[in-house]
Amino acid sequence: MTNTMRQLKNGLLDQNPTLVLLLGMCPTLATSTSMTNAAGMGLAATAVLICSNFAVSALRKLIPEKIRIAAFVVIIAGFVTAVDYLLQAFAHDLSESLGMFIPLIVVNCIILARAEAFASKNGVLRSALDGLSMGMGFTMALLVVSAIREVLSAGSLFGFRVLPEAFPPIGIMAQPAGGFIVLGVVIAVMQAVRNRGKARPAV
Amino acid sequence: MTWQSLITMSLGAILIENFVLVRFLGICPFLGVSKKLDTAMGMGMAVIFVMTAASAATWAVQEYLLKPLDIGYMQTVAFILVIAALVQLVEMFLQKAVPALYKALGIYLPLITTNCAVLGVAIINSDNGTGFLESVLFAFLSGVGFTFALLLFATIRQRLEFAEYPDAFEGFPIALVTAGLLAMCFMGFSGLEIFP
Repeated sequence: MTNTMRQLKNGLLDQNPTLVLLLGMCPTLATSTSMTNAAGMGLAATAVLICSNFAVSALRKLIPEKIRIAAFVVIIAGFVTAVDYLLQAFAHDLSESLGMFIPLIVVNCIILARAEAFASKNGVLRSALDGLSMGMGFTMALLVVSAIREVLSAGSLFGFRVLPEAFPPIGIMAQPAGGFIVLGVVIAVMQAVRNRGKARPAV
Repeated sequence: MTWQSLITMSLGAILIENFVLVRFLGICPFLGVSKKLDTAMGMGMAVIFVMTAASAATWAVQEYLLKPLDIGYMQTVAFILVIAALVQLVEMFLQKAVPALYKALGIYLPLITTNCAVLGVAIINSDNGTGFLESVLFAFLSGVGFTFALLLFATIRQRLEFAEYPDAFEGFPIALVTAGLLAMCFMGFSGLEIFP
């Protein structure tokens, strides 16, 4: 049980794929304009991560060493296609607003990195759990970035108004430039927190 | 295609809808290989080449394989396989034919498979339903736009080494903030029109 908790904490904080390992920057920046988009993207990627980690781990003894990357990519692409069509059928608006970033989950480095670094070496259940914890870490990072961007650019969270009308919206936060800057500041805060306690280098 | 539309398309792909700074495609290599100008140049050239070749190959796959067989749902799988195979092929060809270029590109060639700009351009082309020539041209120009942004960013980052900023911003954060400022500059290009 403690092992499970540790693995979950690992994905959310210590080894957070977006904020610490710095993987999967494109979807983080592109889909964090609103919390709804961010949650959709995060959950879609999490579903793919769990499934692909599960499948890669189950097939790890059958896949020849030399073509493993190609095999992983095909497995991932299969699940991404399934998620893409499910979203089109059951969450059409979300699928429209995420657009091409759904098929682009295939080239999200987090997923291939976990398949190669974890699922190809560990058992099926632990791999699926790793997919869940990494996926939640990615989703959490997306939600943090998108919350800041949505509050500042539209004064709302998940589309609900939280700031008074008098608050002037900062349009740039919804633009690409705002995405880069907010993500940079969030990662900086994460680094500051992790560096706390470590001895400062002599100036 | 008239020369006016060619210029409009170039402006669109390179400045107004820049792949990295406006469309958010290819951020990983943009942040990863922009520490030095010469590696940025190598990566840019490799990306232009692979994007152009990949858009030609994926166009053919789309027109002659996916459409006639009516298996459009295999698009993502087919495209990524084509791109991976193409990158591998280009790597082997360059190794034999132009060893100097192969050495210069080094690790960047295999990494291009997971560059979302390459798959991105293939998907944009198939969504827009453009013809062969236009698709390849758009991919080439988008690659030029990627390289342009990468080179600009690399020159700024070289200067950052002498800048002073808080410890917490060391590494990626300061790069992201810099990219944000660069993206802000590119916002100035939005709505740019030469032939209204």
